[in-house]
Amino acid sequence: MDLDLLASLLYATFRTGTPILLVALGELICEKSGVLNLGQEGVMLMGAVTGFIVVSQFDSYALGIFTSVLTGIVMAAIFAFITLTLQANQVASGLALAIFGTGLSAFIGTDYQGQSIAGLPSLAVPHLSEISVIGPAFFQHDILVYTSLAATFLLWWNLKYARLGLILKAVGENPDAANALGLPVLKVRYLAVLFGGAMSGLAGAYVSLVYTPLWAENMTAGRGWIAVALVVFASWRISRVLLGAYLFGLASILHLVAQVFGADISPNLLAALPYAATIVVLVILSSNQTRHKLFAPLALAIPWHKSR
Amino acid sequence: MHLELRPVPDYKWQYLSPLLATMLTLLSGWLLFAWLTDAPGHALYVFFIAGISDAFGLSEWLLKATPMLLCAYGLAICYRASLWNIGAEGQLLMGALVGSAVALEFLDSESSLAIPSVILAGMTGGALWALLAGLLKFRFNTSEILTTIMLNYIAMNLLQWAVYGPLKDPGGFNFPESALFSEATLLPVLWPDTRLHVGFLFTCVVMPLTWLLLAKSFVGFQIQVAGQDPKAAVMAGYPVKRLGYVVLLISGALAGLAGAVEVIGPLGQLVPTVSPGYGYSAIIIALLGRLHPVGITLAGLLVSLLFMGAELSQIEMGLSSAIASLFQGLLLFFFLACDVLIRYRIRFSPGTVTPQPNH
Repeated sequence: MDLDLLASLLYATFRTGTPILLVALGELICEKSGVLNLGQEGVMLMGAVTGFIVVSQFDSYALGIFTSVLTGIVMAAIFAFITLTLQANQVASGLALAIFGTGLSAFIGTDYQGQSIAGLPSLAVPHLSEISVIGPAFFQHDILVYTSLAATFLLWWNLKYARLGLILKAVGENPDAANALGLPVLKVRYLAVLFGGAMSGLAGAYVSLVYTPLWAENMTAGRGWIAVALVVFASWRISRVLLGAYLFGLASILHLVAQVFGADISPNLLAALPYAATIVVLVILSSNQTRHKLFAPLALAIPWHKSR
Repeated sequence: MHLELRPVPDYKWQYLSPLLATMLTLLSGWLLFAWLTDAPGHALYVFFIAGISDAFGLSEWLLKATPMLLCAYGLAICYRASLWNIGAEGQLLMGALVGSAVALEFLDSESSLAIPSVILAGMTGGALWALLAGLLKFRFNTSEILTTIMLNYIAMNLLQWAVYGPLKDPGGFNFPESALFSEATLLPVLWPDTRLHVGFLFTCVVMPLTWLLLAKSFVGFQIQVAGQDPKAAVMAGYPVKRLGYVVLLISGALAGLAGAVEVIGPLGQLVPTVSPGYGYSAIIIALLGRLHPVGITLAGLLVSLLFMGAELSQIEMGLSSAIASLFQGLLLFFFLACDVLIRYRIRFSPGTVTPQPNH
């Protein structure tokens, strides 16, 4: 394989993995607090469409990204109210959020269906981006790719070393004990869910403003779901989420690789590859049940209320 | 305003909360139409009443409800067993795909076996797709929620592959569609001058059978024990895994049936857009109908009405047909939220302390 191809492959892997990484980071924080939000796909689509509309109306990427994040928070707030305040079933509410977000995004994006924009310009890192192979692969990305990496590091550090991470984990592992210690369980869970929404909104912005700068119904194509699966098979660990997201980035661009090497496989079959890969990895990692149980937050998806 | 735990759950809200959720959805619809159009009342009329005000509309209403109801009865059985099968969409698509592949074998045939073969093939396709998720769950402990979702996307891609590849009509000017099925393969029309075909009768058979299974049979009892308390089911010696496979088999076969009935019913050929999300709507229908066949039938008719209303309001008022899934999402949200009233009551003033229940 020649080096230019390798560089562009790495470049594309980063770009494809970033939205999955962003959603998975948000979902991981959400699940660490004990809340399972399956609706990230819908939140992502809402972030994608609102960001796209704002950019095509006002031509400001900063405003677009801000809108996407805000939309993600609002969507997550609906979910948080229903599951945390009203204590509805988290699985069913997550599905409702996914369906609602898919429908609402298609509805408000009707007039923009198929339109495209210029796309967020990339930010070459001075000097580093001029190195051959490494430069084009790692240092010529846009601001959101760098943001996702910074967020990964910050969250990893917080979960491992900071009091904030400890509080989060306490609430997700044993809310009764956390409550007895005087920790505001519901508040922590609310904030974790809203954070998850913000990250999914940002991921949506990445898809519609950077990755493929256009709007099309259902354009996230299951990335929100893959990210939820990724959290499970990363055993709720940040480092594995990072690795997993890029593996999926690679799996989703394999059809490009196949084309380069002239393989004659239907593009429709290759498009199914990331989903099949998700199943295979889930199977490999969850067949060891004890290990799986060891890592999952103990109170995951169990409603909690003070008066209980 | 705060929530107060009821001493005992108030079960009348089990029936009232779907109704209240429907009312709230209608109210939201009115607000949405008031914002989008000048005459919200007329828009609501177009959306919910105009479509079914004549015989043809009624037939289309039942026609649209058919695939969703078939999927939803199966999902209800799954959910009673606490198996979160989200994959009715993929199972439906596989039913449509396998059914179409068989239907294309009968292109020049007058055989009376054509329809039964297609239906059997469709049911098998859907059932195998569901059993795959079962195998992954019971053999490898893989969450059925995530695998069934992934299998939906894979089924969609397989369908795309088929209509662009092996099942494409050779004389179809390169459109991604199969050839039109022969007359012998198409389901007979049930109601003259409409599109309502005998596939609708399947729902009339499956509904009482579902009720019999869940309410009157020992297997149904075992399924529900396994769903509510797996440990108790194991203690009682029930074959929990086998029950899991059985419910997935049933719901997959029903979703596959829905897919087969769609392609040899109203469509008459395999197209990439077999389902506008019927499998996902079926989840909402099953939950809204409280996993009871009668409730599901009512919820199915309501959701079918949403699909029709969305189509009609697109034609008459130029609104996006995505409004159907918007309303469905709202409906499920309101329903889940209203369910809080079963166990809690809303108090608007802080103050009176009621005695807590003795546990």
